[in-house]
Amino acid sequence: MFTKIGLKLILAVGLVTVIIIGIYSYFSIQSQAELFLSTAESHANKLSDTIKRSTHSSMLLNRSDETHQIINTIGEEPQIHEIRIFNKDGIIIYSTREDLIGTMVDKKAESCYACHTANEPLEKLSMSERMRIYRVNPDSSRLLGIINPIYNEKSCWEADCHVHPEDKTVLGVLDITINLKDVDDQISRSEFNSILFAIIAITAISIIITLFIRILVVRPVRELVNATKQIGVGNLNYTIKDLGTDELGLLAQSFNSMTRKLSEARTQLFQSDKMASLGRLAAGVAHEINNPLTGVLTYSSFLLKRTQNNSELNEDLKVIVRETKRSREIVKSLLDFSRQSVPKKHDADINEIISNAISVVDNQLSLKQIKLDKNLDSTLPKITVDSNQMQQVFINLLVNAADAIAEKNGMIKISSALISLSPYGIAHIKTAVCPKRHDLTENEIRIDGMPTIKVKVKSNGNEGFIHLDPVYGKHRHQYNIEIVDKKRIHVSCPRCNISLMKEDFSCPDCGSTVYNFEVPPQGFFESCTNPACKWQRWNAIDEAGERNYVELKVSDNGGGIPVDDLPKIFEPFFSTKGQKGTGLGLAVIWGIIDNHDGIINVESEVGKGTTFTIHLPVKI
Amino acid sequence: MSSEKDILMIDDEQVILDAVNKIASAEGLKVDPVLNAEKALEKLSSNKYSLILCDIMMTGIDGFMFLEELYKKKIKTPVIMITGYSTVENAVKSLTNGAIDFIPKPFTFEEISSAINRGLKFSSLQKNITQGKNKSESVTYVPCPPKYKRLGNISWMNLESEGIAAVGATDLFLEIINDVLKIELMELEDEIVQGNVCARFETDDSLVHNFLSPLSGRIIERNNKLSGNPKLLEKDPYFEGWLYKVIPSDVEFEEKYLVPCSSDRM
Repeated sequence: MFTKIGLKLILAVGLVTVIIIGIYSYFSIQSQAELFLSTAESHANKLSDTIKRSTHSSMLLNRSDETHQIINTIGEEPQIHEIRIFNKDGIIIYSTREDLIGTMVDKKAESCYACHTANEPLEKLSMSERMRIYRVNPDSSRLLGIINPIYNEKSCWEADCHVHPEDKTVLGVLDITINLKDVDDQISRSEFNSILFAIIAITAISIIITLFIRILVVRPVRELVNATKQIGVGNLNYTIKDLGTDELGLLAQSFNSMTRKLSEARTQLFQSDKMASLGRLAAGVAHEINNPLTGVLTYSSFLLKRTQNNSELNEDLKVIVRETKRSREIVKSLLDFSRQSVPKKHDADINEIISNAISVVDNQLSLKQIKLDKNLDSTLPKITVDSNQMQQVFINLLVNAADAIAEKNGMIKISSALISLSPYGIAHIKTAVCPKRHDLTENEIRIDGMPTIKVKVKSNGNEGFIHLDPVYGKHRHQYNIEIVDKKRIHVSCPRCNISLMKEDFSCPDCGSTVYNFEVPPQGFFESCTNPACKWQRWNAIDEAGERNYVELKVSDNGGGIPVDDLPKIFEPFFSTKGQKGTGLGLAVIWGIIDNHDGIINVESEVGKGTTFTIHLPVKI
Repeated sequence: MSSEKDILMIDDEQVILDAVNKIASAEGLKVDPVLNAEKALEKLSSNKYSLILCDIMMTGIDGFMFLEELYKKKIKTPVIMITGYSTVENAVKSLTNGAIDFIPKPFTFEEISSAINRGLKFSSLQKNITQGKNKSESVTYVPCPPKYKRLGNISWMNLESEGIAAVGATDLFLEIINDVLKIELMELEDEIVQGNVCARFETDDSLVHNFLSPLSGRIIERNNKLSGNPKLLEKDPYFEGWLYKVIPSDVEFEEKYLVPCSSDRM
């Protein structure tokens, strides 16, 4: 029952509230009661003085009837329980109760022991000493008694009656008893009110605290617990919705970033696992396929040599030998793929490569009744490529396009053209080093398949990393740090912490600080630290100006690729073809284009089709 | 025991045996085909061969174990390794374990016949040396400089200043092929890979010989003098006859597979 953090907090805060309000109420009741009582006391005191003064003259004149009269009149006041005057010997001379006149007061009784506690009586008493509160019997209401000693004065011993001699100090005592029933009622009423207030306050505060704890603690904690359960069952895509910026919010944020990293790690593990099995598969395939291929290749090349006089047969055999050699390269590239092989480049006519690729898939296209619109620029310069790999690229793209077309009226467009492009948004950082020559490229986190540049960032006491977009002029950086103060950002090398800040230089666009790093052998790359500012400068690339590229486009009017899938299509083993594909095709293509210092982009709209655009640099 | 057969061919695939047999027969060579290395070792105990062609991936004794057995039995018959699993490791391991050449499957008629040709030439050179006849006539040594390293008996490399390595063909490789008429080199900036083909030599017997690279790296310079004057190769294989200048990619790792050039070769 007490295992929930919310309940524990509520109980703790509730207990504190009860104690504080309880103590407050107790003292409030106490002081209220005292106030009421002291009011009653001063009232009684004044009353006693009033009686003493009003009876003074009738006393001097020894007119006892008049004195009786005054005492009885005042005694009719409902609050007054009893008024009596007794002389020094304790004999009651006047009283509101006629029956007690002439009787002796018990010296041990309440009204006497103020003076007569010791055997020698006191003559002067303070106000509180003259007062007493008592009950006649336990069930009756409280009574407040106040005694008022009547002192001897000159007028007394000089009076005509000569009752009192001069040497006496105290002549008698006026004793008034007041019923405290009203005061007690008032006290208990205020007591009741205080307790009622305390209960209401405690209840209200408890409810408010409960609500707050539920909103501020219980709900976020429940969300966090739910998230950990989701992660526990393997749902690494679960993210906690924004929980604000307090500690629990930060916990949620770091939890989200943890799951994201876990998910990435799992994907990578999964991929490397796939890679390993692919390697084994490749070994098996290579061995198994190469043996029959050896039979084909040796016999056909042998026949080719022996049929040099028969031109018709010779031509056909040449095709067999050529295509078997291509199969050999394909098997080898399968092996090489798992080994990240390097292309064998030479100057080639890209249009010829495209035409060769088309001739391979032509049959397949006409079977599916897909029209092919070929628009090749015959004036293209030769470019340095591995023609086998390039042919593979176009065969794969054409097959993919054909696969994407489901219904009739399928159309694939393939075109080549020479274009000039600004380096901005194209040039890409392949290597980056800090002044101590530490490699800043991060292969684990990629943007569009390209390794990012990892730098360490300090901002307002926070420390984290930014994975910079390696493409010049594109700003798809990944921040894993929250930048609060956009002006005070310090960038350094994640390995050795050496500063990457450019001293005495500020961004020409926004005035923020600027960091830079070397991109060997292409000089320095500079960028503004402000995440909102887009300023970047790469002098070596800017100075080179626009570059010529061969632009190759393959587009289809097939099903298209959903927006969510677009960023992933170049990742190894990402396939939309299910059992039909290996998911390697586009990853291999990406790798080949990258090895040729080229760039491949994809644009797609679901239902309308997909266009792959390749830019290959033309040597100057 | 006189040698009845020229070639012992070991492969677990009948079609390969048949193909090689057919090609060799056309050249007038006699082939003894066997389907596994156990049988081959049996044959070797009673017969002599000029050349052995051996597959690597076989059940039972594989190609590398077979090479070891030959070494233990002190059988010096030259071996050419053949494999369908043509990785850099397999190529390099074959050459460092005593094979004289490495042919990846699938091969063309030209490739296998030029390899057989080289193997037989190697074999006869070997015989000449061991039997000590015609020594001065057919074997002319070109001394290999001490710091050079070689991959098998095929190619050499020498680390020059500033992390640049020169690559060339050994005098023995040039000895076992006929006069070179044409050299087909790779392009500048191309990557060459240790144990993989990095050049082709066309000889006057109309054969094309694949030349395996001693190390991996990026080509930064080619010896253009060779295209005009292929004779330079044989004249001065270790200096003027170099093929490429490369920036090696991982020389520390690859050097393990290389032996000092001047070490004993046969």
